Amino acid sequence: MADTLGDVVEKVRSKNAGPFWLTIDIFCGSAEAFERVRQGVSTDRVARLFQTEPDGLKRFDIPSLNVVKFSLPRPQVQGTRFDRDMHGASYAALVAEMTLN
Amino acid sequence: MTRVLIPSGALGLGYDRTALERGIASAPDIIAIDGGSTDSGPSYLGRGVSKYSRASTKIEWAGLIEARRTAGVPLVIGTAGTCGADDAVDWLVEITEEILAETGQAAKIAVLKSGQTAARVADAFSTGRITPLHPAPEIDADVIASCSNIVALAGAEQIAAALETGADIVIAGRTTDTAIIAALPLMRGAHAGAAWHGAKIGECGALCATNPQSGVILVDFDADGFTVTPLADGAHATPHTVSAHMLYENSDPFILYEPGGHLDVTQAEYRALDDTRVRVTGSEWVPSDRYTVKLEGARRAGYQSVLLTLLRDRHYVEHADAWCADILAKCRAKAEARLGLAAEDFDLELRIIGRSATLGALENRANGAVELGVLGIVTAQTRQAVDEIAKMLNPYLLHHPLTAAEEQPTFAFPFSPAEVERGEVYEFCLNHVMELTDPMEAFRLEVRQFG
Repeated sequence: MADTLGDVVEKVRSKNAGPFWLTIDIFCGSAEAFERVRQGVSTDRVARLFQTEPDGLKRFDIPSLNVVKFSLPRPQVQGTRFDRDMHGASYAALVAEMTLN
Repeated sequence: MTRVLIPSGALGLGYDRTALERGIASAPDIIAIDGGSTDSGPSYLGRGVSKYSRASTKIEWAGLIEARRTAGVPLVIGTAGTCGADDAVDWLVEITEEILAETGQAAKIAVLKSGQTAARVADAFSTGRITPLHPAPEIDADVIASCSNIVALAGAEQIAAALETGADIVIAGRTTDTAIIAALPLMRGAHAGAAWHGAKIGECGALCATNPQSGVILVDFDADGFTVTPLADGAHATPHTVSAHMLYENSDPFILYEPGGHLDVTQAEYRALDDTRVRVTGSEWVPSDRYTVKLEGARRAGYQSVLLTLLRDRHYVEHADAWCADILAKCRAKAEARLGLAAEDFDLELRIIGRSATLGALENRANGAVELGVLGIVTAQTRQAVDEIAKMLNPYLLHHPLTAAEEQPTFAFPFSPAEVERGEVYEFCLNHVMELTDPMEAFRLEVRQFG
């Protein structure tokens, strides 16, 4: 069975970045894991996970921290009646469960 | 050098008292703490109220007022009362005066209000002084008028004006998280990039270090950079913990927009001074041509009630989707027919807890649950409509059969009544900045001498 992202990295965190943005921090924990995530997680795949277009995502590969970060407009604006997760922390699970190419 | 003592990421989250005493003993120039955030949602701004218990707030605030007296330096709080609306500021002013009276202290209090009238914002909108940020909801004069509260996020200039009054305590409405920390170092000539960057690192207290719950940190600002020192036992700042804090709740970890410019930390260097302290240099402040402040606004989105029922019968757990779809169709039709409502007059939703309640359509895992919760959410423009529709939904969630042929089932209601009134619900409706000619023009500063 293929590894999931969560199997390989130290931690995946998602949080609101204000009411209109969601930000996802993938703490890889080592240069080796960072390299695997950098190459194995395409922006396209993350966009598909959120059923949105890849050009709406910001991506930061930060080797000094072994972090890959994605930010995107929140799937639903925080606190509207369509929103299901006020603080946005559960979206991390969606990312952590991706299989790594 | 300017030394800022930050007791915690927010008033109401608690702080380590021993560490706070160490902070006071190290002769800070100011004590700064954040009082809020949008992170708990639009209801607080919509209603102009605090999220935290009054008793907890009073106890923690009294501890900081005492610390201020011992240190003989100003105490500043930004975004008072969670949302920083004028009513929430008044709430904290009232608590402050109670504390001062009970402890027999005199103090000069500067109160900075960030609330905006709809008229001011509508005028700025009609004259092109409001710019949307991405992604911004569509706005017009009606949306602006419908906000129950609009606040502008004050920056360092407005906090500096409050400090210049010589106040012992500054109680500010909505400010940027960083402004309350950056203001004094900037007033005293610290490196501007360092002032904003150090403020951003410090704004959540010890979250930029190990033992993040301990709260208390010191940030020292000078002409070249800043130094972070966490004060609790077991709390250590490392170049990694400090630089990683730029990721936290920021959509861009290198650029941070503030009134009057932006911070760029692309070239920042983080260096360990020992196993606890980190020195940062190389941060850059880039002033902007226009002086803008961010706006936050919340308006009533209607009334809401929720209901919860539990499915434990295997057959219903397996067919929960079809069961919910059938209930929605029947209950919507009933509400329209019996209340004379149009389909767009109300919203009825059933979320299946144990299947996709958290992620909705994004959920991509299927599982075989033992039981499922079904959360019914009824939203409409009047309290009466919500009440009626929720009562119509109730019998379906209790007894609705998958097929007409079977014996009437009964599901588990965890409480009576099953309907829970949530009252008025709110939504954020502004993600915009407003241009100002003078930083103080949209803010009000009042000085009160107590005792």
